[in-house]
Amino acid sequence: MTDGQATTSLAQHVRAFDAGGEAVAAAFLGDQPALALADGVVRLGEPDDAKRIAVHPGAAILVTVCDGATLATGGDDGRVVAVGADGVARQIADEKGRWIDALALRGESVAWSAGKAVMARDEAGVVRTWAAPSSVRGLAFQPKGYRLAATHYNGATLWFPKVEGAPQTLEWKGAHLDATFSPDGRFLVTSMQENALHGWRLVDSRNMRMTGYPGKTRSLAWSHDGNWLATSGAEASVVWPFKDKDGPMGKAPRECGVREARVTRVAFHPRALVLAIGYADGMVLLCRLADAAEILVRRPGGGPVGALCWDARGARLLFGLESGEAGLLDLPG
Amino acid sequence: MSEAREGDKIPVTVLTGYLGAGKTTLLNRILSEPHGKRYAVVVNEFGEIGIDNELVVGADEEVFEMNNGCICCTVRGDLIRIIEGLMRRKGKFDAIIVETTGLADPAPVAQTFFVDEDVQKVARLDAVVTVADARWLAHRLRDAPEAKNQIAFADVIVINKIDLVSPAELREVEARIRAINPYATLHRAQNCDVALADVLERRAFDLDRILDIEPDFLVAEDHDHDHDHGHAHEHHGLKHYHDEDMQSVSIRLDGDVDPAKFMPWINRVTQEQGPNILRCKGIVAMKNDPKRFVFQGVHMMLDGDSQRAWRADEKRESKVVFIGRNLEEEAIRAGFLACAA
Ligand SMILES: [Zn+2]
Repeated sequence: MTDGQATTSLAQHVRAFDAGGEAVAAAFLGDQPALALADGVVRLGEPDDAKRIAVHPGAAILVTVCDGATLATGGDDGRVVAVGADGVARQIADEKGRWIDALALRGESVAWSAGKAVMARDEAGVVRTWAAPSSVRGLAFQPKGYRLAATHYNGATLWFPKVEGAPQTLEWKGAHLDATFSPDGRFLVTSMQENALHGWRLVDSRNMRMTGYPGKTRSLAWSHDGNWLATSGAEASVVWPFKDKDGPMGKAPRECGVREARVTRVAFHPRALVLAIGYADGMVLLCRLADAAEILVRRPGGGPVGALCWDARGARLLFGLESGEAGLLDLPG
Repeated sequence: MSEAREGDKIPVTVLTGYLGAGKTTLLNRILSEPHGKRYAVVVNEFGEIGIDNELVVGADEEVFEMNNGCICCTVRGDLIRIIEGLMRRKGKFDAIIVETTGLADPAPVAQTFFVDEDVQKVARLDAVVTVADARWLAHRLRDAPEAKNQIAFADVIVINKIDLVSPAELREVEARIRAINPYATLHRAQNCDVALADVLERRAFDLDRILDIEPDFLVAEDHDHDHDHGHAHEHHGLKHYHDEDMQSVSIRLDGDVDPAKFMPWINRVTQEQGPNILRCKGIVAMKNDPKRFVFQGVHMMLDGDSQRAWRADEKRESKVVFIGRNLEEEAIRAGFLACAA
């Protein structure tokens, strides 16, 4: 397929709107679309009827995480704030102006980091702190148990905040950025400074290298069945197979949505093996994993897609661009 | 696309200087003078800045090795993160100043701009500015390799506290600096009272600005040329020293070079001697190419491009300059001259 020439198009089902600022994350809080904007605002609601919630007044949103009920944001004002479907912003933490570099959320538990300091707040509201060996760039809760992965220089660390004793270190040379666990909890995958992904099989800490990217991978998405990990950072979404016990080792990844523009955001449909892909030139595509068939959602133009998210049912897709342009796709039928 | 044009990128000035030289004085001046520019500042010691500025970011100077196993190939991991974060406030500031600690090596900061694609998209390295203490620099050059690195690496050197030394001592310190780095622009100052235009917006890393790489033997400001040619090795009031371990090597070749020889050679030299080469620059006449080829590098990292055409009244010649530690001068010279077309 070539740019803008998709045989099938859903573009007429997209409601385009002005988000009012650079979109850095998309989410659905219940049924309501939400866009986190760089200038500290969360825009919550339908395209023509949204509230602008100043979650970090006068500051910038650096990191976000959403679990479908809560959108948590970390700002360069040192604050962690949670917004629910009611549109009320609740402060979770104030690190006195230190930038919030990473966030993780699971159920009632929240974790955040500022420099080397990692904080985890459990369901009872107890906050525990751990000092990482170097600045932390990514945090993720393991799917089961109160256990947190933190990425840093030369590896990642698995920390049980409620357990005394030394956390478990997973070593791999280089600077690690974002972190994600496979939905079954067998693998931890990190994106790296040097245009590669790294993975560990947790049962035996076996290393997995996923290389060949022309740019950094800053968007990672698991398929609903947990068998695939879609990634940004190349002129296609590179999709790694994780079904087998060895994960992607020795297997070739799939490529979805091959174009001459860099993939910036990916989001797997919550019920089907269909991937939404946002590009550096503003295009948005849906791509079916089975046969790489593509459907156009948004034609190129306007700059990089910075935010992309499905709702829980997979009926609506929300996207936002760095330029402030945004769109909401309602799948027909 | 998000790729900004070179002119739209945020300029980044790196401010170095040994402990107590006066970096913070210069920084406070930059932040407090009414120049209409808004600066984001990356500092190591929060408390030092006496100015209210909402865009002051504390950094940890995290130097990361790259995965090629080479000791000189390093970047500032914290800076990559900070620049990414600052871009969330796009339009709220005009330039970034990175103040390093007194013992820092400027190379990882500079190399961050050669290595990281995301940083390159939004920001450009403007210049490395080093503040030196007129009284103590000569001593530090003897006992502190960090101080020597900062001088060798600099595009602009502010010789501060000149009111505390005699004219002879000042000439001595300038000669010591020139022995290490003949190419930086020197400014004499008391309380860092240089014109800010002399330290900001220098475009020292801009290939289009590498017009001429003649040594800059004159001090840019208040030349007190007391031409006392009493000493055989003085001219323009400058003594000539030879630093024991840090030198510059400058080689000129009349006429063209053969790109098939030059490209492998410059790559080999910077790969093999990269850890010892702090900076390199060159303007090269390539055979059958009407345009000037310009390059510059930091340790093993090179950036080069075809520039404007050679003018009719301009002599086609090729010139390269290396500043580094224990450089194999004769081998470099022979290697470059062998690239003649
Ligand atoms: Zn190196």
